Amino acid sequence: MALELTAARHDPALLDLPWRTPLEEWPEEILAALPRGISRHVVRFVRLSGGVLAVKEIKDDIARREYDMLRNLARLHLPAVEAFAVVSGRVDKDGEPLDACLVTRHLQFSLPYRALYSQSLRKGTATRLIDALAVLLVRLHLTGFWWGDVSLSNTLFRRDAGAFSAYLVDAETGELRDRLSRGQREHDLEIARVNIAGELMDLDAGGLLQEERDPVEVSERILTRYHDLWGALTSEEVVDDSERWRVDDRIRRLNKLGFDVDELEITTDIDGTSIRLQPKVVDAGHHSRRLLRLTGLDVRENQARRLLNDLEVFSASTGRQGEDEEIVAHDWLANVYEPVVRGVPRALVAKLEPAEVFHEVLEHRWYLAERAQHDIPITEALEDYIENVLPSKPDERAVVGVDTEELPVLADEGRR
Amino acid sequence: MATVKFDEATRIYPGSDEPAVNKLNIDVADGEFLVLVGPSGCGKSTSLRMLAGLEEVNAGKIWIGDRDVTDLSPKDRDVAMVFQNYALYPHMSVADNMGFALKIAGVDKSEIRKRVEEAANILDLTEYLERKPKALSGGQRQRVAMGRAIVRSPQVFLMDEPLSNLDAKLRVQTRTQIASLQRRLGVTTVYVTHDQVEAMTMGDRIALLKDGLLQQCATPREMYDRPANLFVAGFIGSPAMNLVAVPAGPDGAKFGTHNVPLPREHAGSGGSHVVVGVRPEDVEVTTNPDGLELTVDVIEELGADAYVYGTPADANIVLEGGDDNLAKPFIARVDGRNVPKKGSNIFVYPKGEHLHVFDRETGLRL
Ligand SMILES: Nc1ncnc2c1ncn2[C@@H]1O[C@H](COP(=O)(O)OP(=O)(O)OP(=O)(O)O)[C@@H](O)[C@H]1O
Ligand SMILES: Nc1ncnc2c1ncn2[C@@H]1O[C@H](COP(=O)(O)OP(=O)(O)OP(=O)(O)O)[C@@H](O)[C@H]1O
Ligand SMILES: [Mg+2]
Ligand SMILES: [Mg+2]
Repeated sequence: MALELTAARHDPALLDLPWRTPLEEWPEEILAALPRGISRHVVRFVRLSGGVLAVKEIKDDIARREYDMLRNLARLHLPAVEAFAVVSGRVDKDGEPLDACLVTRHLQFSLPYRALYSQSLRKGTATRLIDALAVLLVRLHLTGFWWGDVSLSNTLFRRDAGAFSAYLVDAETGELRDRLSRGQREHDLEIARVNIAGELMDLDAGGLLQEERDPVEVSERILTRYHDLWGALTSEEVVDDSERWRVDDRIRRLNKLGFDVDELEITTDIDGTSIRLQPKVVDAGHHSRRLLRLTGLDVRENQARRLLNDLEVFSASTGRQGEDEEIVAHDWLANVYEPVVRGVPRALVAKLEPAEVFHEVLEHRWYLAERAQHDIPITEALEDYIENVLPSKPDERAVVGVDTEELPVLADEGRR
Repeated sequence: MATVKFDEATRIYPGSDEPAVNKLNIDVADGEFLVLVGPSGCGKSTSLRMLAGLEEVNAGKIWIGDRDVTDLSPKDRDVAMVFQNYALYPHMSVADNMGFALKIAGVDKSEIRKRVEEAANILDLTEYLERKPKALSGGQRQRVAMGRAIVRSPQVFLMDEPLSNLDAKLRVQTRTQIASLQRRLGVTTVYVTHDQVEAMTMGDRIALLKDGLLQQCATPREMYDRPANLFVAGFIGSPAMNLVAVPAGPDGAKFGTHNVPLPREHAGSGGSHVVVGVRPEDVEVTTNPDGLELTVDVIEELGADAYVYGTPADANIVLEGGDDNLAKPFIARVDGRNVPKKGSNIFVYPKGEHLHVFDRETGLRL
């Protein structure tokens, strides 16, 4: 049987990987020691053509299904890892068949939750991770994706201006529907809750949980956060016909939550005294799209929110509020944002992403100003940050050297 | 413990004209292991999910015990969907891996301990309870995952292809374990698989679906010995039953030169056809000109036995159930020490009582 490759874009270097060797035995030299979540399949990271790929050994039909599903999620603009290839028809040196491999691109600057817990953590990390997962789950459900295996392990996190944003990494059990029933959504939520509690209890058992709070209690947060957000995004509202401004109000509230309303269903009651409104199509990324339009910067939602705030401050402090937004934004980019980002020495650029550095410098400026009891110019804050804060941070472009466990239940009785 | 009843249960997906499950009627007895089986897209998962509360029931009802659960949320049904993707937590003991979901559900400590110990006993994991999952073999880990479902002690277990991501060896092992475990626990179980061998080896009874319609619901033995129609006959058994359309005359069906007696009411007056079914192990093989003449194409040696694959010498005779471009061979099991030669011609006819006759038009068993 010949090696069979399914890939969107062909990279010949992919064929040079040792496909005839079980993934568990791939040589150290080609592997990248990046942290992973808990998994039942063998997963390894390899360096290839300047990037890092994640390779998961899994049965052929499941690999293909997951590959197609990840491509569908990308098409629907949902945050997930990017499918790269499926390699099947593998045989070992003795001609015995090997499982197929699903290859995805390693998500840069992403942090599995277990890696986060091996760093010293800010208080409330667990709740911030859960908040990010709740947003992800609501977005997936709005699009009709029924995950089936929601957990912290199956999610990757990226820093987002002090908060996190979440990405789906394991689509093995997922299904796409036109819409999900309540029972289906609740099923995902129940799975999420049990998995999160289990994952936190596991950290606790390993002495990694620095917070005192009960994992079960923390896990309940996924329910409340999810329901709050789902309600805000989808609930029907009845307003008096004389209060039409409430329509705008609803849209603004959704924008604040980071969602754009692409379609709003408005129906007037038969007697014409009240109207019902219900968002039909909402789309996450309100602030990041706005920032992209103004500045060309492509960053995450909270980072965009932060940058937009700074842009606002810039425009007020330079007395240019009446001017064309895009021109002011251009100047802010050239005079504020870029100097900060370019001010980071080369040796430190793998620590954090540019937008996150900018966010941290703003935070740092606030902290310095409070201590000094007067305003601090951003250039000064940057210098101090580069000297005293950034060097002690771990490299997060590709975090190295954290223990990860693999617990395959697929192995033969004899082989471990 | 509970019975389960599908009562005319129907599911039509939005945007579809055909029901995915069409007026399904099945009564599952208390403690029974029922397997839903059928080809891809036949409606197995949909049926199971209607029972779990994950798929809306558009018509008909679902009962668990004497409760109508049709409109209840999944949580209120007291069923456990046994999930194939249970994670194992490396820092937690085997006992905690099995019991932690009960803690979330607010069950008290001593009760959790009791249920975990009971489950461990059944699963042969007692001596590993305080170890970490890392110290276990693959099969033992699989059992810990099962333990997680068992400790919940639901009224009904639901399993949808739980073995699909296991390798072949572990799959066979786990299959046996699940079946014997279910028997010991006595919890009513509905199990979905597309694999008829799995269905035959695990189920107390099997419900075979096709295009959303129940074809037959019976014990494995009955499905094998008395398939209700052509579809069941072709689906159950491996290698599949030979199905040959032959003319029905006044004295019976003409299986080549062999006369197959038919019940009087089905004997034809000439011109009409019936389908005669015979399993490979029920075929009489002879070199005398008696029966259907075959040319031997392939011999598959299995040691004590061998399978003979042949093509009817009369090109007008085509076996049912083959796909369009590929003629289906006639298969006969013969004594491994006495196999015909490749390329030779032989004659075959059904052995005595092991005979199945179907109406060619309706497909129903006669
Ligand atoms: N593209 C990627 N980028 C970064 N990390 C990745 C990527 N793909 C996989 N990983 C890491 O590998 C881990 C295991 O991957 P995955 O969840 O797909 O495996 P699995 O065996 O299917 O898991 P499960 O046991 O939940 O079914 C993830 O938790 C994640 O940390
Ligand atoms: N969400 C859905 N929307 C529309 N049609 C669906 C949906 N889910 C399933 N179907 C259709 O309903 C029918 C039954 O599907 P179901 O998944 O129950 O079959 P199955 O027997 O479990 O198949 P498989 O063995 O492939 O899982 C199929 O024709 C399928 O395409
Ligand atoms: Mg996973
Ligand atoms: Mg998975």
